[in-house]
Amino acid sequence: MSTINADQVQKIGDLAKLEFDSDEQQKLAQQLSTILELVEKMDQYNTDDIDPMAHPLDIAQPLRHDEITEESVRDKAMELAPEASAGLYLVPKVIND
Amino acid sequence: MHRLTLSELSRQLQNGDITSRQLTEHFLSRINQYDGNINSYTTATEQQALAQADHADRLLQQNQGGPLTGIPFAHKDIFCTEGIKTACGSKMLDNFVPPYDATVTHYLQQAGAVLLGKTNMDEFAMGSSNENSYYGPVSNPWDNQRVPGGSSGGSAAAVAAGLAPVATGTDTGGSIRQPAALCGVSGIKPTYGRVSRFGMIAFASSLDQGGVIGKTAECLARMLQPMAQPDGKDSTCFTQPPEDYLQTIERPMDNLTIGVPSEFFESDMEQGVTDCVNQAIEDLQSMGATVKSVSLPHTEAALSAYYIIAPAECSSNLARYDGVRYGHRCNEPQDLQDLYKRSRSEGLGDEVKRRIMTGTYALSAGYYDAYYLKAQKIRQLVKQDYVQAFNDVDCIVAPTTPATAFEQGEKTQDPVAMYLSDMFTIPVNLAGLPALSLPCGFNNGLPVGMQLIGTYFDEGRLLNIAHQYQQQTQWHQYFPEEYN
Repeated sequence: MSTINADQVQKIGDLAKLEFDSDEQQKLAQQLSTILELVEKMDQYNTDDIDPMAHPLDIAQPLRHDEITEESVRDKAMELAPEASAGLYLVPKVIND
Repeated sequence: MHRLTLSELSRQLQNGDITSRQLTEHFLSRINQYDGNINSYTTATEQQALAQADHADRLLQQNQGGPLTGIPFAHKDIFCTEGIKTACGSKMLDNFVPPYDATVTHYLQQAGAVLLGKTNMDEFAMGSSNENSYYGPVSNPWDNQRVPGGSSGGSAAAVAAGLAPVATGTDTGGSIRQPAALCGVSGIKPTYGRVSRFGMIAFASSLDQGGVIGKTAECLARMLQPMAQPDGKDSTCFTQPPEDYLQTIERPMDNLTIGVPSEFFESDMEQGVTDCVNQAIEDLQSMGATVKSVSLPHTEAALSAYYIIAPAECSSNLARYDGVRYGHRCNEPQDLQDLYKRSRSEGLGDEVKRRIMTGTYALSAGYYDAYYLKAQKIRQLVKQDYVQAFNDVDCIVAPTTPATAFEQGEKTQDPVAMYLSDMFTIPVNLAGLPALSLPCGFNNGLPVGMQLIGTYFDEGRLLNIAHQYQQQTQWHQYFPEEYN
């Protein structure tokens, strides 16, 4: 049975862009391990010849003609931005000189 | 007025016995008076509600009203409402005012319904008790030390306490049916793809479905009709319009075979819940239904598969909350990583973070096959169980939850204990089937719900069975004394 330790919590957090202090890491390691205990009950079932099911309905992506059907909402959307200027979202500097 | 069903309210509105304004003012006044104890609403939309009510009254006076014209409703705060704060129970969206309406919002508005306000919910629809909201927990109107269920806890509590005649909800693992059962009201989760998800804030895209919580099956039918219309903006939305539910519910319940799943009753359940559901099955039998035992052997596996699939999809859907374009941003980010990590860690609650972490782990390199792929195969097996059962029976009848409403704080320390309260509702979401919960009794003064599960796009039959049952029984008429 898999358990998760605090180091792994750190690594998964990096992937998920979440940060935790060391107490939280310990607690989360325990909770995630308990969840994995629940999840690993799946191993009791043989699924060798079973197709995976991603979606409840048997549908294909519907397509439409490539025509403009909606008005631009850019201005309305930009109003929601924490920091924006001249139609651009502002973030801390990404590219180093 | 808060004790009346939608059909009674609609008749009075059409006859001119009451106006929508009077009705709306009545509910707004009750919200002011009682919601301090319950906390079912996070945003009341008084001015808009009265304006919409006046507009509805004009239509009614000109005899241009439809089945929902002038009817007030409460709207789960997961549906975008243009110009009206939509926070999804989260600090991350506490400052979010959508620039557009969800399709469900738009269709209900077109049908003339009047928006009373946005209801409280577990954050990002993740929870079974409405204890995970940034805006505080919701209390069960039957016992305010107990939970109403979740994630649509605010909607269920509002309807149960007469703070709205009907409400919208969403259901990913049971979030309409479980709170409906714990609050003694009716709730329907339609077939996956029946109701458009455009503008409905996403949790798990292959499981989420919008639906209705109300007093009776007839209320559900009336409200679901406009919600279930096709929508080209959601590519997973079914393209054919629904049947006329208000007509279908009146049909006699002929030649009905119902299946009772043995696995549901083998699990740990409150005796009182088992007794109420068994009595309800006998009632259906005396109404002419034939009862058969069916087997759904992968019921237990469904819970495990769900707690990989839903977190995996959630980890992907919630990646958009990055502090860049909208929502919470941390103060003085040092660099991009800091911006992302602090904005997300500050803005998102513990249960949400737990699920994002579970999902990220399951999808990460080296674990995908063991967890996510395996879960998708279990999902196929769960679906096959139901498809096979529906060869033999028309409808499956089961408890909605293993127990009645638990106390606030009772399960917050153990996430898995909380997850177990959804064991009867989760398989239905995995398979994508429609299901309805309706009240069928009480245990120690707390409501008990029974669940009707149908085959794909068979909402009409479920509404019909529930309506016929409610013509013969009175459980849906009970009302918590404190709010009378």
